[in-house]
Amino acid sequence: MTRAADLTSLSIAEIRDGLATKAFSAVELTKAYLAAMEAARALNAYIVETPEQALAMAEASDARLASGEQRPLEGVPIGVKDLFATEGVHTQAASNVLFGFKPTYESTVTSNLWADGAVMLGKLNMDEFAMGSSNETSYYGPVTNPWRKEGSNLPLVPGGSSGGSAAAVAARLCAGATATDTGGSIRQPAAFTGTVGIKPTYGRCSRWGIAAFASSLDQAGPIARTVRDAAILLKSMASVDPKDTTSVDLPVGDYEAAIGQSVKGLRIGIPREYRLDGMPAEIEALWQQGIAWLKEAGAEIVDISLPHTKYALPAYYIVAPAEASSNLARYDGVRYGLRVPGDDIISMYENTRAAGFGREVKRRILIGTYVLSAGYYDAYYVRAQKIRTLIKRDFDIAFEAGVDAVLTPATPSAAFGLQEMAMASPVEMYLNDVFTVTVNMAGLPGIAVPGGLDSAGLPLGLQLIGRPFEEETLFRLAHVVEDAAGSFTPVRWW
Amino acid sequence: MSVDIATVKRVARLARIAISEEEAVAFQSEINAILGFAEQLNEVDVSDVEPLTSVVAQVMKMREDVVTDGFYAEKVVANAPASDDDFFMVPKVIE
Repeated sequence: MTRAADLTSLSIAEIRDGLATKAFSAVELTKAYLAAMEAARALNAYIVETPEQALAMAEASDARLASGEQRPLEGVPIGVKDLFATEGVHTQAASNVLFGFKPTYESTVTSNLWADGAVMLGKLNMDEFAMGSSNETSYYGPVTNPWRKEGSNLPLVPGGSSGGSAAAVAARLCAGATATDTGGSIRQPAAFTGTVGIKPTYGRCSRWGIAAFASSLDQAGPIARTVRDAAILLKSMASVDPKDTTSVDLPVGDYEAAIGQSVKGLRIGIPREYRLDGMPAEIEALWQQGIAWLKEAGAEIVDISLPHTKYALPAYYIVAPAEASSNLARYDGVRYGLRVPGDDIISMYENTRAAGFGREVKRRILIGTYVLSAGYYDAYYVRAQKIRTLIKRDFDIAFEAGVDAVLTPATPSAAFGLQEMAMASPVEMYLNDVFTVTVNMAGLPGIAVPGGLDSAGLPLGLQLIGRPFEEETLFRLAHVVEDAAGSFTPVRWW
Repeated sequence: MSVDIATVKRVARLARIAISEEEAVAFQSEINAILGFAEQLNEVDVSDVEPLTSVVAQVMKMREDVVTDGFYAEKVVANAPASDDDFFMVPKVIE
């Protein structure tokens, strides 16, 4: 391996140590990443690369390091999902409707990262407005998963919507990435790429400056290569923000300190409703393996019931499009982005939105508009929100009975082929989120951690779901899984 | 419940998205598939259940009613497709 390849294979924790001992400089590290990004353009993980900004930030980090004033993420090269507003830099939520948009402000989450010394490498591809489970709805084209089946050249999807984030982290095109999760958009791509992704409790990370999809479900979090790296990133990303009224007024935990703490005596719930008919044997085997690992580490395994689980996905596909139809009303060709002229202002709106939004986004706006329209609001939206109360209550009852966390598979399958789902109905694609969506509906924290490889050599992930604001417990447990399962790196072909 | 073509077109009009005849047909079947999927929600007895309004119990934050931000109209219109003298420009609305 060359020195540059060595540098991009370091974890964030190792970068921190290496920069502190002057084994390499922040500029050297950033250059190694910029070269790796250039060589990996076939993956389409980045929409925009920002080498000048990255080098300027890395130089500033080297100056800080030289004067002994390093911050928690000093010199750590980060990729940013295109959903986050970055001042003066392309921010389009992978949509044509935001054509040419360069914000005059910075999102709170990315501001927090830069204030802690991180270096921005560029903007990462994603499903348009975070609507998708395969990264195939992006205006900028699909992302290719750095993983392939053994002995196959068939391109696979990286999952979605944070597909660019997950692919870039797995392919060593950034040390860590920002991502967002509305129904599984951090955890499902993390599982498809052998990376670690955590969706924190709703309200832990500020949503200010993140293009809104479904405001009551959206939450930002990191994708990283190790559990420790995810903990380091989340500590910087999370904050209490007066600019987001749903940002919760609780101090941010020291997540990294939780790594390595014993899980002895923790009670882990195994929900029987997550055992689906027709679930692949390999997913069931992975789940049993996860149970065995946690048991060996001293955790107590208990069977639990979350009876409303099967209603989470249909309720989600009412609630999320309803909120999306309202949030995306702002893209009207007046204040920013694309404008397509029309005969009058109404036809200008209609033409702009017809040309600006992709098919998946249009469909969700139409469904949302329908379920919120007069006469259907109670039958669909209110009923779905009532079912959401029941889904949350299921978890509350389990936690009150002493369960500390819930263990499930992260996804019902490994990564599938690009275009493989092109002819499938939307509902079939939505089934990807069957294990993750309950967590958003209840506002809970959930982490996906690699559990092993399937018989074709593709990564599979386990999910741990925690009590509100008890992310530390998830990091402790996920670290036990990681220790037992090991880590997984794709063989470079690009 | 299912939607007909006229409803799809009416909803598209409400959502301000121009759609073609073919698109309306395709959206109709997709929307009906999703509404059909949601039918199972009717199995659940929700008669004594309150709709969820917030996943995290918290009091809405209050702040002093004072100006905390602003005075940069040029930044506000910086990304506008058409602007003039810090105003957004739109096609004529009032006759």
